[in-house]
Amino acid sequence: MSTYDRISTILVDRLGVAQDDISPEATFEELDLDSLDLVEFALGAEEEFGVRIGDEEAEGLRTVGDAVALLETKGVGAATA
Amino acid sequence: MTAAQRDVAVTGLGLVTPAGIGVDASWAGVLAGTGTAATDPSLDGVPVDMSCRVPGFDAEQLLGRKASRRLDRFVQLALVAAAEAVTDAGLHPATWDGARVGVVMGCGMGGAATWEQQHARMLDSGPTKVSPLLIPMLVPNMVAGHLAIELGALGPNLVTATACASGATAIGVARDLLRAGAADVVLTGGTEAGLTPLSIAGFAQMGALSRRTSDPPSASRPFDADRDGFVAAEAAGVLVLERDADATARGARVRARVSGYGASADAHHITAPDPDGAGAARAMRTAIADAGLAPDDIVHVNAHGTSTPLNDVAEARTVRAVVGDEVSITSTKGVTGHALGAAGAIEAAFTVLTVEHGLVPPTANLDSCDPEVDVDVVAKAPREQAVPAAMSNSFGFGGQNAVLVVTAA
Repeated sequence: MSTYDRISTILVDRLGVAQDDISPEATFEELDLDSLDLVEFALGAEEEFGVRIGDEEAEGLRTVGDAVALLETKGVGAATA
Repeated sequence: MTAAQRDVAVTGLGLVTPAGIGVDASWAGVLAGTGTAATDPSLDGVPVDMSCRVPGFDAEQLLGRKASRRLDRFVQLALVAAAEAVTDAGLHPATWDGARVGVVMGCGMGGAATWEQQHARMLDSGPTKVSPLLIPMLVPNMVAGHLAIELGALGPNLVTATACASGATAIGVARDLLRAGAADVVLTGGTEAGLTPLSIAGFAQMGALSRRTSDPPSASRPFDADRDGFVAAEAAGVLVLERDADATARGARVRARVSGYGASADAHHITAPDPDGAGAARAMRTAIADAGLAPDDIVHVNAHGTSTPLNDVAEARTVRAVVGDEVSITSTKGVTGHALGAAGAIEAAFTVLTVEHGLVPPTANLDSCDPEVDVDVVAKAPREQAVPAAMSNSFGFGGQNAVLVVTAA
């Protein structure tokens, strides 16, 4: 599963976003997610990818694509399992 | 004080109770007089594994995905009840003068389920994994905040906590805000959704709960000789209150009036009622006098009637002492169980419906009345009775008493 797909799963399962609304260009604001949701998203991503995401990094995320890019800079690639 | 200054009109009702979602379903369930308690799988392993839950409450379907995820159930129940109440009152949040609309809700516990889930997360994964939504989902005042956000109610906004009297206290405070001119419309009532393993274990350890887990529907049996405690419930009830003159001016249907409110403290014990009932009696007398009535004017009482051995005997004795033995008494908790901070609100709503329809719901499971309960408890079937004035009693742990007097429109 790609990093994007895994992020989508977090958004759907943990944050209640509708799958159809998710795209790389979709902003968190468009997905009706506020700053508290972004912290919750970061907790989900930390759990899913086994990385650490700082508060400032989480606050800087604007789009779903930004989240993919941030995680890939942390060495996250396609899951091997 | 003239009647016009004293009374406030009940122009809308909303109910979400174990007897059903909506006023019609809840009222029909209460009139049917069958206990709603059932074995509760979420309480598996707790010594008392039964409760009264709202049947078929699907938060995602009723409120959407976001609300179903970001709001604790005590807020979800209240949002559904409030929407019904506002519609019933014929009010339009899109166009009303929000600054003149207040919200006063009662709640005993707040987001108990959220608290327990996040505590488990912290123990499993550490404090840095706790949800940022913990606090906004947990704190009891948030129910009033969410009603304001949802409906654009910009006036006084608060939550009362007097344990099992919270919902009745809220209605009394709302009435006071209207009398004081602090708002023109107040959405008021109570909500509770604390059916979690920890809170039920706590109530069980107090000895407050019925142990009749082998036959849950018969477990809540107010005033019955074989009662052995209450059954915990979840529910929300919302009333729309307005000053009489305002309701009349806009042509609203007045379902009944809240004419009196009395509050008092037992100052006796943290959980046991004062055996002399002095505090409860003071609240009843205050409420009746506040309504400009004499004790004889009260012809019906919706009792606190929890189904605990101590409450029901003490309450029956006190009611008899205050308003005599010719009143009819019922406890709708036989059907709904004890919805704690919501109880006073849903019972005020049932009292409004009793006054409106001239129909007293029966006390479920009253097979053999406790010989020490020397009052006229309505059992088996609804009783037709003209009810110009009724009293709704609520008593909270901590010795906090709230009594409302409801009169016919």
